[in-house]
Amino acid sequence: MNEPLIKIRDLHFARGDRAIFKGVNIDIHRGEVVAIMGPSGTGKTTLMRLIGGQLKPDRGTVEIDGQNVHALSHDDLYALRKRMGMLFQSGALLTDLSVFDNVAFPLREHTDLPERMIRDLVLMKLQAVGLRNARRMMPAELSGGMARRVALARAIALDPMMIIYDEPFAGQDPISMGTVVDLVHDVSDAMGLTSIVVSHDIKEAAEISDTIFLLSGGKVIESGSPIKLKRSTSPWVQQFMQGLPDGPVPFHYPGTPFAEDLLSGSEASDYD
Amino acid sequence: MIESVLRGLGRWGLDLLWRLGRGHLFLWEILKGVPETFIRFPLLIKQLYSVGVLSLMIIAVSGLFVGMVLALQGYYTLVDFGAEDSLGVLVALSLVRELGPVVAGLLFAGRAGSALTAEIGLMKSTEQLSGMEMMAVDPMRRVIAPRFVAGVISLPLLAAIFSALGIIGAYLVGHVQLGIDAGIFWSQMQVKTDWSADVVNGIIKSVVFGVVVTWIAVFEGYDCVPTSEGVGRATTRTVVHSAFAILGLDFVLTALMFGG
Repeated sequence: MNEPLIKIRDLHFARGDRAIFKGVNIDIHRGEVVAIMGPSGTGKTTLMRLIGGQLKPDRGTVEIDGQNVHALSHDDLYALRKRMGMLFQSGALLTDLSVFDNVAFPLREHTDLPERMIRDLVLMKLQAVGLRNARRMMPAELSGGMARRVALARAIALDPMMIIYDEPFAGQDPISMGTVVDLVHDVSDAMGLTSIVVSHDIKEAAEISDTIFLLSGGKVIESGSPIKLKRSTSPWVQQFMQGLPDGPVPFHYPGTPFAEDLLSGSEASDYD
Repeated sequence: MIESVLRGLGRWGLDLLWRLGRGHLFLWEILKGVPETFIRFPLLIKQLYSVGVLSLMIIAVSGLFVGMVLALQGYYTLVDFGAEDSLGVLVALSLVRELGPVVAGLLFAGRAGSALTAEIGLMKSTEQLSGMEMMAVDPMRRVIAPRFVAGVISLPLLAAIFSALGIIGAYLVGHVQLGIDAGIFWSQMQVKTDWSADVVNGIIKSVVFGVVVTWIAVFEGYDCVPTSEGVGRATTRTVVHSAFAILGLDFVLTALMFGG
């Protein structure tokens, strides 16, 4: 197989005393749709920000297209980001700009194209996400699903080589969810994009991804095709894939035993 | 007990130094983005409108009333010494040297500074700033620098308007209500108010306050904890720190300008 587009090696990252990653290794090849999954709090969004160069790792490297993201100068990092798209969970649309201007934003910032051509490009991108006729609306007037679709149109405005989706399916009604799943799949297919989907929606992520990486305890504990993971004998993988409330990942947040808490008789709280 | 107090004091000191350091690095980043602001003029115009023009009303009304009160208070004191003809001088010097820059600065911090902090803080908490970074658009240049430049340009102009309207307010009270001769009011003011010692020094003060207040406002917004409570606290800090900075710097600048 070709050299991976994204190569993560021995990635270590901690917030204060809490280690988030303890040696993560991930290879993502060109044109692949990869899902990075794990329970809440495993650092999926942190990983996304490390890939995008918004956070620096304590140790290890993230290479994109042969460039070490964290060794790049400010200008080189920004040049690389022009070839990356990112879809934030909230959409992160600029609230003072209309839908049209949001999608036109990266084109106006990074190209000298005439306004007529920008208009055509924006309409094409909005047509792809089904919101061409919503172009005059403001972000505050959009539903969560629509905001995410506009954000997707904006993320592909500059025809990037890769795109990172942060929880694209979270908090969507079934229709929006189906639309977004189709869009992620179609956009990746049509543009030959390398896609990284950070998610904990097993069914949807499994439906569109070629490879899944399961994160837990700061490491990749399992990786492979969705079918391989479903057949895994690891109790942890089975708990996650089947959504069982208790198992290797305990239901109760670790700490003092319940009996001890009841007997201690007092609580330091804000209401004291 | 003593150990924990010392530890707390140490942590507070380190936090303060850490924040000061971050604030100064932040200012350096802003300054690097300033030249581009003048090239991308429409962005600056938009901010001049929201930071400057929208603050006009509070500045104008406050200036007028401060001038009117100053005239009343000044007249009742001066008339005891038979010096009511100097009312114009008293009002002009008070406004141009002190009250114009200081009160306009305090009002600006409350009106525009708090709005800047809240706006930038909300942009941070809704991931708009992160989104821009990932679109390879530097928020320091696109969002922060135009707001900073707009603040620095606006405050001196607002302070000048404050002083001008204050003088007009004083004239209305002094001449129309209290019957001071208009010719004496204006001519005394003109003779006794020095361009460089009074007016220019007042302008310098307002420029310094403009830099400091806008710097505090954009830094607090950019550095806030991205939650609703965090944005609220940052907005409060902007107003409080700006007030301290204006009053403290006013003393230092006055001592430097008029002390020797």
